Amino acid sequence: MEIRTDFHKRLKEIQDELLVMGNMVEKAITRSMEALKKRDLKLAQQVIDGDVKINEKRFNIEETCIQLIATQQPMAGDLRYIICVLNIITDLERIGDHAEGTAKIAVLTGDEPPLKPLVDLPRMAEKAVGMLRRSLEAFINCDVEAARQIIAEDDEVDNLYDQVFRELLTFMAEDPKILTRATRLLWVAHNLERSADRVTNICERVVFSVTGKMEEEGASNY
Amino acid sequence: MTVDGISDTGTTQDRGTLRTEKTNLYYGTFQALKDITLEIPPRAVTAIIGPSGCGKSSFLRLFNRMNDLITGARVEGVVEIDGLSICGPEIDVVELRKKVGMVFQRPNPFPMSVFENVVFGPRRHGRFSRAELDDIAERSLRQAALWDEVKDKLGQSAFALSGGQQQRLCIARVLAVGPEIILMDEPCSALDPMATLKIEDLMRSLAKDYTIVIVTHNMQQAARVSDITAFLMMEADRSGILVEHGVTSQIFTNPEDKRTEDYITGRFG
Repeated sequence: MEIRTDFHKRLKEIQDELLVMGNMVEKAITRSMEALKKRDLKLAQQVIDGDVKINEKRFNIEETCIQLIATQQPMAGDLRYIICVLNIITDLERIGDHAEGTAKIAVLTGDEPPLKPLVDLPRMAEKAVGMLRRSLEAFINCDVEAARQIIAEDDEVDNLYDQVFRELLTFMAEDPKILTRATRLLWVAHNLERSADRVTNICERVVFSVTGKMEEEGASNY
Repeated sequence: MTVDGISDTGTTQDRGTLRTEKTNLYYGTFQALKDITLEIPPRAVTAIIGPSGCGKSSFLRLFNRMNDLITGARVEGVVEIDGLSICGPEIDVVELRKKVGMVFQRPNPFPMSVFENVVFGPRRHGRFSRAELDDIAERSLRQAALWDEVKDKLGQSAFALSGGQQQRLCIARVLAVGPEIILMDEPCSALDPMATLKIEDLMRSLAKDYTIVIVTHNMQQAARVSDITAFLMMEADRSGILVEHGVTSQIFTNPEDKRTEDYITGRFG
């Protein structure tokens, strides 16, 4: 017979809130890239303004977790779960900041002529979003296998980052006048690369939550 | 068997090691404990946790032969202290209980003064001068973190003390006969939260010198005070088995057995 039904209901509520926050962050990445690609300043501004909401959500979840630790004395798997949620929301919040950074660059570059059609950056964004969504699913489903798979996929994002870096370097070497614009795009690539790295942190938390083992599952090149 | 993080046992300075191996306890035809193999290290607090009726108290009472008082109780297998069996008929149970003191759920001071409560054991076990008894009383009361509160009322009835003080008096009474091992059966369940925390603090300080085994229903208490935790549960035939034991921090963060996990997270009880 399950005894702590109310406590476990509250853990489920945290899970729901975490998914809501994850969804907000996914949208922020997708929209910031959309704004950059389509030079949509209004959309970029929406992402920047929306970051406050992501931060608020993070604090709300954190507060609930602290309350549960203080009042319910969670143990074993429940304790690891709450600790992991606290870690994951920190990573989500930072990924949100990276998306906001990209949106700010979209605002900065919106009036300038485009340097080149954006191909690899949207691919990086798409990959990062997919990894993020699946990492949270892995957390909810306690799926260690899936978490390890996602960590391995970080190499693809790293490779795209390399590609973007080399390409922009060539552009800059050819025409120093575009240095500023190219550097800004490099920042975007960096934001996306860091976002994917943070997804691997989330995946490591999935492994810890399920197995109780803290291990670095695969080091990024960056 | 030793548990990681706790010193090896069996040497002379490690007196107070308890051990059971494949131990069964029967009350008549009912088997209360089944096949329990556990080593309890000296100078540490070991907590026994588990649902009601799983045999926690029965297990504790193996070590001072308190189960002998129950008609039809029978023990099979090994029950040892420092490598010596305590089950045989040659064992002087009075001497055993000097070495293995016990603290019960409800404070049970004797209807006499605070001082007489503490020196009750020494008076009966040996011939001590008044000065020696005074020393024993002060030392025991200090060890039990009660001296400062009662030094001016040693002659007063023990019943004038608060519940928490009475329980610490009972601990002082145990300490006065010079035990190596202290068994505590739910020692805080009749106390208020502040008195509980004081006893817990006392347990930690006593663990420097004594083997302490505590049975508790309060998992947070086990997590707070113990170095080692052992989880007992009932099998379908209602006999108690040892599911898992290990370093407390590991048991409460990452137990190996799913049944332990389910119990300490409140998924069954």
